[in-house]
Amino acid sequence: MCLGIPGQIIEWVDVKTNIAKAEVSGVRRAVNVGLLADGPDAVDVGDWVLIHVGFAMSKIDEEEAKSTLEFLIQLGDPWHEELAELEGSKIE
Amino acid sequence: MKFVDEFRSGEVAKRVAEQIAGLAEPGRNYKFMEVCGGHTHTIYKHGVEDLLPPEIELVHGPGCPVCVIPMGRQDDAIAIAKRPEVIFTTFGDMMRVPASQGSLLDAKASGADVRMVYSPLDALRIARENPDREVVFFAIGFETTTPSTAVTLLRARAEGITNFSLFANHVTIIPAIRSILDSPDLRLNGFIGPGHVSTVIGTRPYEFISRDYDLPIAVSGFEPLDILQGVYMLMRQLAEGRSEVENQYSRVVREEGNPLALKAIAETMELRTTFEWRGLGFISQSALKLRDELAVWDAEVRYDIPGVRVADPKACQCGEVLKGVIKPWQCKVFGTSCTPDRPIGTCMVSSEGACAAYYNYGRHAGRRTPEPASVA
Repeated sequence: MCLGIPGQIIEWVDVKTNIAKAEVSGVRRAVNVGLLADGPDAVDVGDWVLIHVGFAMSKIDEEEAKSTLEFLIQLGDPWHEELAELEGSKIE
Repeated sequence: MKFVDEFRSGEVAKRVAEQIAGLAEPGRNYKFMEVCGGHTHTIYKHGVEDLLPPEIELVHGPGCPVCVIPMGRQDDAIAIAKRPEVIFTTFGDMMRVPASQGSLLDAKASGADVRMVYSPLDALRIARENPDREVVFFAIGFETTTPSTAVTLLRARAEGITNFSLFANHVTIIPAIRSILDSPDLRLNGFIGPGHVSTVIGTRPYEFISRDYDLPIAVSGFEPLDILQGVYMLMRQLAEGRSEVENQYSRVVREEGNPLALKAIAETMELRTTFEWRGLGFISQSALKLRDELAVWDAEVRYDIPGVRVADPKACQCGEVLKGVIKPWQCKVFGTSCTPDRPIGTCMVSSEGACAAYYNYGRHAGRRTPEPASVA
């Protein structure tokens, strides 16, 4: 549960409630981006973020996203479990 | 050295390791503690210690949020979960944590409606879908996770969803670090600061470590190279007689943290007078509860919970592992009666617990502290 997983924001679901769809390693799920709603880290479609329990926690650049993903993939089981849990998520 | 090739930038890692070795004063020993389960996992998985000179020891602190919840709170969770009107939602890791009489998974097997969720927002959705049931979310975690609970609660309030409540067990890292520094059991030379927690709280809250305890801290990322660079920063500070807060993970962590996340926490939660941590005992102002005006969403107010303090099983030395006093393999039951499949203590449950990480990976890497022959 403690992994921060990199995803790219691909579309807004509901701007009012800060819900956007993010793609993580081919899995597309809704996440809350309200913690990155304004200031220097404000995010929009196309941005990369680190996601933790369904919330975008940090804005990162694409290179950081790629290297973090490589690192997570080689973790093996914890990564597969995290991705499976994300697949089971249906945030509204 | 066999793991080094798997690192991103393996050559760079080797060079950093050489620089670290060059900074070690002959005859001086160094103990650095990491307080993040992700770091512990990386250290064992990649055999990071194998790259360090023998004078440097990495000690694992109370950085795994699943591990630090005491058994009494797990019993409370199960008591709530067993209520017929309740749908009890939890992160997967908490399902297998042994309580006095079985785990949440056992409670589920005997009829309790326990459901694993990825996010507290999934728990809130379940509440929306089941208006005739009471949905409780087992909220655990350090500052990394607390904002997500806070935002979920604000959303529940905004939508007027009242068949939803939180069993709040959020803990804060700073009092735990202070407790370890005040403990006579362990003499440390510095800290590898937690990466994700610091994205929320920033780096300023660690200033007391240098100011009051004259020790260095380097907030670090999760890759092996990040941790090596963190160790290098600590060694350089010690060599130069400095004790400061440094940020190795500046590509993600800002000095001021995440103001929106901190605001959401402050709006919804306040410090408890005291809270029990597994292994560390009661630490004042080290955990959060819901603010009084949000009592309707507070499971502790809504339900009659046992609230009894329960000692760990005698054989389990999770507490000493969490304080960094012993290494996982020095625990009497490690790898014999306590394994990831049949854990006795929390440190063997979560993949970020020191015992599980060492069980899964560390046994194949080098060891610094002797372990009993039976565990090899």
